[in-house]
Amino acid sequence: MLVEIGHFALVLALLVAAVQGVVPLIGASRRSRPLMDLAPSAALLQLGLVALAFATFMHAHIVSDFSVRNVFENSHTAKPMLYKVTGVWGSHEGSMMLWVLMLTLFGGLVAAFGRALPTALRARTLAIQGLLGFGTLLFIIATSNPFDRLLPAAVDGRDLNPLLQDPGLAFHPPFLYFGYVGFSITYSFAIAALIEGRVGAQWARWVRPWALAAWCGLTVGIALGSWWAYYVLGWGGWWYWDPVENASFMPWLLGTALLHTAAVVEKRETLQRWTVLLAILTFGMSLIGTFLVRSGVLTSVHSFAVDPTRGVFILVLIALVIGGGLLLYALRAPRLQVGNPFAPVSREGALVLNNLLLVGGMATVFLGTFYPLFAEVWSGVKLSVGPQYFNATFVPILAPGIVAMVIGPVLAWRRGNLAAAARRLAPAFAGALAAPVIVFLCNREAPPAALGGIALAAWAMLGVLTDLADRSGLGKQTLGTTRRRLRNLPRGTWGYALAHFGVGVLIAGIVVSTAWRSERIETMHAGEVLEIAGRALRFVGVTEGEVANYHVQRAQIVVERPGGAAVTLYPERRHYPVARSQTTNTAIATNGFGDLYLALGDPDGQGGWVLRAYYNPLVPWIWFGAILAALGGLVALIDRRLRTRPAIVASPAPVRVRPADRR
Amino acid sequence: MICRLIFAAVLLAMLGGSPVHAVEPSERLADPALEARARSLSKELRCLVCQNQSIDESNADLAHDLRVLLRQHLAAGDSDPQILDFVTARYGMFVLLDPPFAAVTWLLWLAPPVLVLGGGGALLLRARRRRADQAVPELTREESARAALLLGDRR
Repeated sequence: MLVEIGHFALVLALLVAAVQGVVPLIGASRRSRPLMDLAPSAALLQLGLVALAFATFMHAHIVSDFSVRNVFENSHTAKPMLYKVTGVWGSHEGSMMLWVLMLTLFGGLVAAFGRALPTALRARTLAIQGLLGFGTLLFIIATSNPFDRLLPAAVDGRDLNPLLQDPGLAFHPPFLYFGYVGFSITYSFAIAALIEGRVGAQWARWVRPWALAAWCGLTVGIALGSWWAYYVLGWGGWWYWDPVENASFMPWLLGTALLHTAAVVEKRETLQRWTVLLAILTFGMSLIGTFLVRSGVLTSVHSFAVDPTRGVFILVLIALVIGGGLLLYALRAPRLQVGNPFAPVSREGALVLNNLLLVGGMATVFLGTFYPLFAEVWSGVKLSVGPQYFNATFVPILAPGIVAMVIGPVLAWRRGNLAAAARRLAPAFAGALAAPVIVFLCNREAPPAALGGIALAAWAMLGVLTDLADRSGLGKQTLGTTRRRLRNLPRGTWGYALAHFGVGVLIAGIVVSTAWRSERIETMHAGEVLEIAGRALRFVGVTEGEVANYHVQRAQIVVERPGGAAVTLYPERRHYPVARSQTTNTAIATNGFGDLYLALGDPDGQGGWVLRAYYNPLVPWIWFGAILAALGGLVALIDRRLRTRPAIVASPAPVRVRPADRR
Repeated sequence: MICRLIFAAVLLAMLGGSPVHAVEPSERLADPALEARARSLSKELRCLVCQNQSIDESNADLAHDLRVLLRQHLAAGDSDPQILDFVTARYGMFVLLDPPFAAVTWLLWLAPPVLVLGGGGALLLRARRRRADQAVPELTREESARAALLLGDRR
């Protein structure tokens, strides 16, 4: 019964979305207040209906209702409760439900908190959001119905893919989708602005918080996914340039660019057209990301829905969203106002460079991800594009961006002075030169690329610190003044400082863990000792047992290091009989500066077990850096200047619009 | 920062000269130089039955066979390009994770630098044209002094 109510709510939501997508648009063009006012009510109603459908679907999973096909295919009575709940988005249907829930949530948030928005802009934005909801709901109901019944009901389910029964992956999709779908609202704002023919500081003030929120979600989602890959896949890699990773990385790169240009539009009223284009492309990339994962066109670990009809449906949806957006852009963008001029050496100029490199990097990732597909269609040649390609192309494109990332914030808007910036950044520059030299003196075999990476990381971190010291007058003012000035810095500045510093931390983690990783793979018998990175690993033995829905083989390893306490680690192998699959559960001992990483391999049949031991120095910094960056976004998000009503704070936006042609 | 450097120094001293090891203990070659070459080669070869993994990472049987084959060739004295040619002749270009510059891949390799450099060039040209169109008026010395006074030299 509940399942039917959920199904019904989903169909109703589709109808509401249709109304929400059409009526407010008509209302806005006819300036009819009642028709425009329909938009927020419809958005909230649609949110309520989708939330109801989602709740009933989740209920079916929690009570293990095996008369629902999706529950039968993805759950099992013996599955732990946590994974019964998170298993809701473990399947294709469920993840689409999560997607549409997020989509309507963002619409509902704009409806609830967007009262200060100009009525027409709000109506149009919500209408576009409604159309997006209509497309997604139609897709779900037509091709991926989560409420499909299974008659007669099964006695027990087939269990969720064991790889997904993991805390890291359980919470990875909600964050990722929050990010992906968050960019739907900036898309809707961009389309609404194109229809209105006006993009000003106020518009940017409205768009920026949404872009920031989505970006934070995406950052955390990607970091969680990478962390999961790191500890689950069993050999210590954390980024594989896998199509699915690239799928989330492309909108992240564009979203990062969007975040920065939206700030330029808000502060300086320039780069408006470019920002609108970025908003369209960012959401387009989010959709393409979904398409990549959902259709299985690109073979990858993650493609668990291999169904061409769904692929074609999503392809049409993407074509409409991106194609429609770009068409509208081509027609309308020339009418948008021309931005304020700025010199190439200025903060705007630095941000343009940042955008060039981010978008260039994104294009490279896109090319590398899709090229095998294109090549096969055009020339019939099957080829692979692996990490080597991305490292050789993407890294050189982004590295100058890291250099510029430090210089940009110390340049003035409109026209900056490079010599003055160089003077201010002299301490950071000295540090960035000193760091690789010191590393080289300690380790003469350090690869040159790693030394370059260390210089970049030091530059990024020290650059932020130098800038903060400079802004607070450290060394020039009394300590009290410095402290007061630091406290009075806007949250946006703190956000920038945290995020940029995080990037430096991230780079340090990547560089050091890649260059100085050690690895030992040996067959171990009880009592044998393996040495790695100054630690002695004593292999005690392997015990077997039955836990919840899996069979486990658990090794016991005592780790000793001179002058430190002994730690015992338990790397495992799990066999899930219902899902008929095997997972590796690594054991990691970390001190924040390096991970000892153990994975249990196959038995050799003569009492020995293969043990894979790695020492990954500074690898946790990769995730610390990502978390710092997301935190920076969050701090910037709670900046008072973003929350205050634009009408009160903003100086009246100069109207430099060419008269829009209204019928 | 000092702490970080000291830490890095300690870390590097500790890790100095750690050797490379094989993927499965039984597959390993006795000669460390050959084994290191085997490792770097196996990172460039795709495991054909897996989804987007190199044979270095994969525990599939086919990956194991290929790792052993590659080591046999290395032990026989083949050079890296010879081995890659041999594997490509057998399995096609699909097996190479690092696609060579060829008739089907020139666009793949040339597009990124052309895009970024071309984009940068176009932006510079545009900035120059714009500057000619509408020069950003410079403040005179007196004006900037006055501005600094008005702003209370806050920045």
